[in-house]
Amino acid sequence: MSQSPISTGTIGEVVLSARDVSKSWGNVHALKRVNFDVHRGQVTTLFGENGAGKSTLMKVLSGVFRPTSGEIVLEGQTVSFQSASDARALGISIIHQELSLAPNLSVRDNIFMGREIQTITGVDYAEEERQTRLLMADLEEDIDPLTLVEDLRLGQQQIVEIARALSINSRILIMDEPTSALSATEVEVLFKVIHDLKSRGVSIVYISHHLEEALQITDHAVVLRDGTVTARGKRSEISLEWIVRNMVGDNYDLGSPPTGHEIGEVALFVDHLSVPDALNAERAAIDRVSLSVRAGEIVCIYGLMGAGRTEFLECIAGRISALGGKIFLRGQDVTGLTIGQRIQRGLVLVPEDRQRDGLVQTMTVGQNLSLASIGAFTRGLFTSRSREQGLIGKAIVDVRIKTDGGQAAIGSLSGGNQQKVVIGKMLTTNPSVVLLDEPSRGIDVGAKSEVFRLLSEGAQRGLAVVYTTSEVNECLAIAHRIIVFHRGRISAEFTSDVTKEQIMAASGEAVAA
Amino acid sequence: MTDTSPAQKRLQPGISSGGFDLGRLLLEGRAFFALIAIIIVFSLLSPFYFTMSNFLIMSSHVAIFGLLAIGMLVVILTGGIDLSVGSTLGLAGCVAGFLMQGVELKMFGAVLYPSVWVVVVMTLALGALVGAVNGVLIAYFKVPAFVATLGLLYVARGIALLMTNGLTYNNLGGRPELGNTGFDWLGFNRLFGIPIGVLVLAVVALICSLLLTRTAFGRWVYSTGGNARAAELSGVPVKRVQVTVYVLSGMCAAIAGLVLSSQLTSAGPTAGTTYELTAIAAVVIGGAALTGGRGNVRGTLLGAFVIGFLSDGLVIIGVSAYWQTVFTGAVIVLAVLLNSIQYSGRSKRALAGNGNSNGKPAAPQQGAKA
Repeated sequence: MSQSPISTGTIGEVVLSARDVSKSWGNVHALKRVNFDVHRGQVTTLFGENGAGKSTLMKVLSGVFRPTSGEIVLEGQTVSFQSASDARALGISIIHQELSLAPNLSVRDNIFMGREIQTITGVDYAEEERQTRLLMADLEEDIDPLTLVEDLRLGQQQIVEIARALSINSRILIMDEPTSALSATEVEVLFKVIHDLKSRGVSIVYISHHLEEALQITDHAVVLRDGTVTARGKRSEISLEWIVRNMVGDNYDLGSPPTGHEIGEVALFVDHLSVPDALNAERAAIDRVSLSVRAGEIVCIYGLMGAGRTEFLECIAGRISALGGKIFLRGQDVTGLTIGQRIQRGLVLVPEDRQRDGLVQTMTVGQNLSLASIGAFTRGLFTSRSREQGLIGKAIVDVRIKTDGGQAAIGSLSGGNQQKVVIGKMLTTNPSVVLLDEPSRGIDVGAKSEVFRLLSEGAQRGLAVVYTTSEVNECLAIAHRIIVFHRGRISAEFTSDVTKEQIMAASGEAVAA
Repeated sequence: MTDTSPAQKRLQPGISSGGFDLGRLLLEGRAFFALIAIIIVFSLLSPFYFTMSNFLIMSSHVAIFGLLAIGMLVVILTGGIDLSVGSTLGLAGCVAGFLMQGVELKMFGAVLYPSVWVVVVMTLALGALVGAVNGVLIAYFKVPAFVATLGLLYVARGIALLMTNGLTYNNLGGRPELGNTGFDWLGFNRLFGIPIGVLVLAVVALICSLLLTRTAFGRWVYSTGGNARAAELSGVPVKRVQVTVYVLSGMCAAIAGLVLSSQLTSAGPTAGTTYELTAIAAVVIGGAALTGGRGNVRGTLLGAFVIGFLSDGLVIIGVSAYWQTVFTGAVIVLAVLLNSIQYSGRSKRALAGNGNSNGKPAAPQQGAKA
């Protein structure tokens, strides 16, 4: 970033604040008299579990929602935003947790959407492209400005989203989970960008479920729980334990590898599997990878974005057909089977993006849970309502979903509970092998540890579990074995006594991270 | 925050739900109340409207649209659209008419007169074939549903015109000495005083309703329309479902074609022109979402009755045909307006229940499909 400072004033003074802000929809109170300050040229991190009201507060600050009561003070003046563009005009911009890009447009067009560079002869595409290239260079990301956003991986899309917010020259930048789809290297780059922004006087509000990561860059911390601020403090006064204690009120523990049960026969054997790249079918995203997983064993696959983890799992589950190699389930060749046939034989996948690939938003919680096991409650031609209810009730109890019951709308659940629905749907099919692609993405620590506990319990009953993660901590949580992917191949394999540094070195990340 | 509020629950559309709530009743039952209002208004305006014979006549008109609309509903539930049903109806009528005239076998120098049940089966097979072509184009060749069925709209109409040279087949009654009588039974006869066409509609509606609510296939249809990617990963054979719904829609159109040509005892190549739009309107008035995943047979039937009773009522009280078009259009727009109120209300409430705004439905492939 080479621009000059865009904001003057004392570093650390309050530039934007929410005063007694409440936001409710009918009887649902998302925020209750919240006070929140943003400091000039510093990072203020908002911590809280899913559903604590973080995103709601950020949407109030950025003009997406209007508060039910309370006021927003910008540089000493009370302001009232009618829309997000009002806030943007005053220099407040937000990077949303859910991507808000137009997938059918190019990176360049997305970055300049709504504020195209106009000349007499029309839009100056060349200039837009030049600026996009500069932004991508700043973010150290090799993305061509003319690539369509839909052709980018999730993490790259997030980079574009960040680039767009940077290009507006905001004085207050709100980042809602900007790193959830980024690899460790990309997070490093983002942090460098954040430091640059700070030195230019830009104030940053940061939200992340990666607590340790957020601690690296934050200057102030505010903890939100059930719509109220439970604690606030400067960086020097806080620690990881302090955050977690205020967030959930109990200890942060993702568990340890389950022991005391028998590790059985090989349940899944992948033999020299090659998987085509989504963008370029000629290229292999996964190059002749072999892996075997035993019943009762938990294997974690770690790797950077683009290492091929998702392609690997999707190919095993049958979404993508292999370029070469074979897949065996308990000795049986399943390579040519459909997804449905693989599910029937006991091989299931919990996908990475639960909104896009996991849930049917128009269906109830119960219908989502039973979707993969319709055969189990169909007798002859017709489905049996009572059998289905039994199945759903059992799944809700087994997976510990917090819901009013099977009839509730899926959108009414928090992210963690939605994730449990997707996992519960797959466990209801009585699988012998379960693959989970980033099962902890975008869910809070409480839900994370519950998900990991579910997997441990499954393994103790003889389930073979394979999960991927982008957090080294989560590799070390419950996995018996850790496989590291690097550029489509296995670069290392460890047992659970490995150190974080060894894992990161094998994945191609800087050891300094 | 993880709690669900009753507001979200009650707006979950679907198969069954308990409880009583006036607001929900008015919104969800809007097609029903519209129908009641139409009957009351026209009964006040015309002494002939509120009579048994008139209701039966109107119902046999509704039967045609109703059959098309039910096929359309099944397609729309998967997030697709079938613009070819009007043409399929016309083509089915022409093929039935052609077969009833007798098929000349030059080789044997004889004319074959198939009996009526053979004609019916062959016509249904034709409807299924048109649907299968639609379905395969859409599911396996990734042709957008709008374009594929638009193409079939033209092709089917063109074939009907070619077959008949633009003329109409009359005399579908058959002759006793040829053993092919009975074609007019569908359109003219009554069972327990009810026109056969209406009974056919009732049977088709019942079968489709059972199919959608009580079978695995029904669940596949709803999940494909709700989120095809998630359905696929849950083992739903999405492509097969897509082909099947177009086949069902084509068969419904063929049935409607048989009923219509039987009612008229003639089959013209232009029968059913723009009926696909009426069918879509009925589905929408019935509360289904064009994006897929929401809707049911009961609503669609009500939608068909609203359109049919409204347009027949306007004829009875002598409103000009031009005004009828305006009224029908206004009703459709109003219905879509209420649909968007219903569904946007739902997602806002879902959002409220969840600070992380996961209420946003994310099904990117749907936009591309429509």
